[in-house]
Amino acid sequence: MATLAHADDHHHGPARGLSRWLFTTNHKDIGSLYLWLALIMFLTGGSLAMLIRAELFQPGLQLVEPEFFNRLTTMHGLIMVFGAVMPAWTGFANWMIPMMVGAPDMALPRMNNWSFWILPFAFSLLMSTWFMEGGAPAFGWTFYAPLSTTFAPSTTDVFIFAVHLMGFSSIMGAINVIATVLNMRAPGMTLMKMPLFCWTWLVTAFLLIAAMPVLAGAVTMMLTDRHFGTSFFDAAGGGDPVLFQHVFWFFGHPEVYIMILPAFGVVSEIIPTFARKQIFGYASMVYAISAIAFLSFIVWAHHMFATGMPVAGELYFMYATMLIAVPTGVKVFNWVTTLWRGSITFETPMLFALAFVFLFTIGGFSGLMLAIGPADMQYHDTYFVVAHFHYVLVPGAVFALMAGAYYWIPKWTGHMYDERLGKLHFWLSAISVNVLFFPMHFVGLQGMPRRIPDYALQFADFNRIASIGGFVFGLSQLLFVYIMIKTVRGGAKATDRVWEGSHGLEWTLPSPAPYHSFTTAPEIR
Amino acid sequence: MKIGQLRHAGLGRIAGVLLAGLAAQPARADYGMNLVRGATDLSHRVFDLHMISLWVCVAIGVVVFGAMFYSLFAFRKSRGAVAANFHENTTVEVVWTIIPFIILIAMAIPATKTLIDLEDTSDSELTIKVTGYQWRWQYEYLGEDVSFFSNLAQSSRDAMNGDPTATEHYLLDVDNPVVVPVNTKVRFVITSNDVIHSWWVPALGWKQDAVPGFINDGWTNIPQPGVYRGQCAELCGKDHGFMPVVIEAKTQADYETWLVAKKAEAEAAKSGADRDWTMDELMERGKTVYGTYCVACHQANGQGIPPAFPALAGGVITTGPIEGHIDRVFNGKPGTAMQAFGPQLNDVDMAAVVTYERNAFGNDKGDLVQPKQIKALR
Repeated sequence: MATLAHADDHHHGPARGLSRWLFTTNHKDIGSLYLWLALIMFLTGGSLAMLIRAELFQPGLQLVEPEFFNRLTTMHGLIMVFGAVMPAWTGFANWMIPMMVGAPDMALPRMNNWSFWILPFAFSLLMSTWFMEGGAPAFGWTFYAPLSTTFAPSTTDVFIFAVHLMGFSSIMGAINVIATVLNMRAPGMTLMKMPLFCWTWLVTAFLLIAAMPVLAGAVTMMLTDRHFGTSFFDAAGGGDPVLFQHVFWFFGHPEVYIMILPAFGVVSEIIPTFARKQIFGYASMVYAISAIAFLSFIVWAHHMFATGMPVAGELYFMYATMLIAVPTGVKVFNWVTTLWRGSITFETPMLFALAFVFLFTIGGFSGLMLAIGPADMQYHDTYFVVAHFHYVLVPGAVFALMAGAYYWIPKWTGHMYDERLGKLHFWLSAISVNVLFFPMHFVGLQGMPRRIPDYALQFADFNRIASIGGFVFGLSQLLFVYIMIKTVRGGAKATDRVWEGSHGLEWTLPSPAPYHSFTTAPEIR
Repeated sequence: MKIGQLRHAGLGRIAGVLLAGLAAQPARADYGMNLVRGATDLSHRVFDLHMISLWVCVAIGVVVFGAMFYSLFAFRKSRGAVAANFHENTTVEVVWTIIPFIILIAMAIPATKTLIDLEDTSDSELTIKVTGYQWRWQYEYLGEDVSFFSNLAQSSRDAMNGDPTATEHYLLDVDNPVVVPVNTKVRFVITSNDVIHSWWVPALGWKQDAVPGFINDGWTNIPQPGVYRGQCAELCGKDHGFMPVVIEAKTQADYETWLVAKKAEAEAAKSGADRDWTMDELMERGKTVYGTYCVACHQANGQGIPPAFPALAGGVITTGPIEGHIDRVFNGKPGTAMQAFGPQLNDVDMAAVVTYERNAFGNDKGDLVQPKQIKALR
C-alpha cells in the first residue's frame, strides 16, 4: 500500500464553534456525534420503557390509555434499535476502526458527515409524530401489515419516511466501514491479522448493505399499499399480509446480528486485555462470525412459526435456526478458554465484558429454546420472547457498548474515568437488569402475551418485581452519563497504553489520540 | 404527546400509584414460573420438549459457567496468577463444534415428530371456525348453524379502572365461551376480519395466527371437562390486551344440551325481529350491546377518544338523519377503526344500539329503529 502522505500539514486541529460539528469530516468528531446521539436516544427510549414499566407495575389501567401504551412500546423499540444501538456501534466504528487499522481517517469522510447528519432529521421526524393528529406509531416496532397499512393513521407516512432516512444513513455508514477496512489497513496488516472488532464490523457492514434495502422495500410497499392502489399485503387485492412478515424478517433477523456482532468484537478485544492472554482461537472466531452472518439470512421465518407456514417450511426454519447455536457456542467457548490460565483483573470494562458473556449466553439459551418449533408455538409473542431479546440486547449489546466506552474513553479523552463510580455503575446495572428481565421468563411461560397494557392477576407479582428492576436500571444509567461527562471534562491523565495488557495499534497513539490518527502508516510485522 | 391520552397525567399521580403499590399487599393469585403443562396429550408433548431443551441449556450452562467462574476465581492476578501463552488448537475447536451439533440433532428428533403431529389436522370430528375481530372472537360451528361472538366479560371491563383484584378471572373471562366436547378431535379453522390476531389457549399447547383473507388451522382433543383460558397473542390495535379466549370442554351429553340451547337462543333472537319493540325495551337492550361492542372506542359516556374515536354525544351521525346513522353502524367507515357491524349484530341488537345512541349521552332525538327495519336492509 502506498505511504499515506499528508498534503496539508497546517490543518491539524478542529475548526471552532458549531461549524466544527456541522461540517466536520473527521472520524473522531463524527464518532463523537454518533455516540452523543445514541446516548440521547438511549435515554429517550429508556424513559418510554420506564413509563411502560410504571403502567405494568400493577394490574388495572393507571397511567396511560391502551392506545398510548401501544405507542410507548412501538417508539421504545424503534428508538432503541435504530436510534441507540445502531448509531452507537457506528460511533465506535468511526472512532476505532481508523485507529485500529493504522489509518489517518475513514475512507470516505464527506459521506461520513452526511450519513451522520441525516439521523437527527430522521429522529426529529419520527418524534414529531407524537404531536401530530393520528399520533405516534402504535403498531409495534415490527409494524405488521395490515395494522400498519389499512388500519394505521396518517402519521405512518412520516414514520415510513423516517425509516427510509435511517436506512440511507446506515448503508452509507456501512460502505464507509467496508472501504476503510479493505483499503486503508497499514502495510503488513493482512485481513487475518486485523483486530476482531474490525472483523465483526466488516461483516456487520455487509449485513447492513444486504438488509437495509429490504427494509426500505418493506416500507415502500406499505406506502404504495396505503396510497397508490397496490395490494402487496392485502388479500382482497391478491396480496398476503404474511408477505410483509417475510420481507420484514428477512431484514429483521440480520438486523439483530447487526446489533450484536460488533458487541462480539468489543468483548473479544477486552477479555484478552484484562486476562493478559491472547484470544484463544482468532481464526475460529473469524469463521464463527462469518458463519453467524451467513445463517442470519436463512432463518428469518423462525419469527413466524404461528403464521400458518407449511410444516416442511417450519421444519427447515427450525433446523437452520438451531444451527446458529454452533458458531455462537464456539464464540462463548473461545472467550472462556481465553480466561483459562490468564492473569485476570476486574476493571470496569472487564466487568461489563464478563457480564456480557454470562448474560448474553443466557439469552442464547432461551434463543435455542425458542428455535424448537413446537415449543415456540407456546413461547411466541409472550414475555418469554421479550425476556429473550432483552437479554441479548441489554446485557448483550448495551453492556458491550458500555464496556467499550469504559475501555476506550481514556484513549478518546486522555483522562481516566472514575474507577469506583464505574464499578458502582456496573453492579447497579448488572443486578437490576436481571431483576428487570429474569421474571419476564416466568410470566411469559405462564401465558402473558407481550404488548398488553394490562394483565391477569397471576402475573402481578413478577411484573411488580420487573418494574422495580426497571426503575433501578433506568436511573443507574444517569450515573453512566455523569461518569462519561466527568471523564470528558477532566480526570487523571491516561497513559498511552492505558491498560497493562493492552494490545493493538490504537494504544500506540498518544492519549488523547491526535485529531488525524495515523498520519504515517505504522508497519505491521 | 397528547396529554389527554396520559391518564391523570402528573408526576404526583405516578409517584402516588407507585407508593400505593409498594405498600399494598401484592395482588395474590396462583402464580407459577414454568411453562403451562396444559390439558391435552399434545400440550404435554410440547411441555416435555420445553423441559428437554431447558435441561440441555442448564447442563451446558453448568459446564460453561463453571469453567468461566472457576477461571475468574483461580486465575486472578491478585492471587498471583501468571498468564499462560497458549492459543489456537484445531482439535479443541473441532470438538466443541461437533459436540453441540450432536446435541442439537438429539433435540431435533422429538421436536420434528411433535411438530408434524401438531400440524396434522386430519380426521377431525368437529370443525369450528374462529374469526378474529377488533376486539372479539367469533365462533361458528360448521354444519351446525351455530355462530356467536365472544367478548371480554363486563366484570373485567368494569374493574379495569377500579380494583381488578376483586374480579374473578380478570381479563381472562368472556361472555360466551367456545364450547367443545371432550375426547373429540376438534379442528379450528382460524381467520380474521381485519388485522392479524392470534388465537391462543396455553392449555392446548399452541397458538395460531388469524390472518385476514387466509385460513390457518390447528386441532385439539381435550380429555377432561374444564375451562381453559388464553388471550389474543398478536398485537391487533388498541384493545389487543382485552380479547381473551375461553374454551369450555364438556362431556358429550352436556355439549349436546348446550348446542340445542344455543340454537334455540339464535332462533329466539331471529323471531324477536318480527315484532314491534318499545322504546324502553330497545334502550335497555341497546345499553348492553353498546357496553359490549362500542364502549372500547366511544367510551361509556359517549365522549369517544378524539380524533381517532369521535364522540357520539352530540355527534354529527348520531344526531343526524336516522338512515345515515344505521348505514354507519351497518357498513362502518372504511379506512378507520369503525368496522361494519352489519354481519356482527343481529337485527334486534342493531336496532337497539342505534336507538340507544340516539337517545343516550344527552342525545334526545326521541326516534327509534325497529328490528324489522334492519331486517329489511339485509
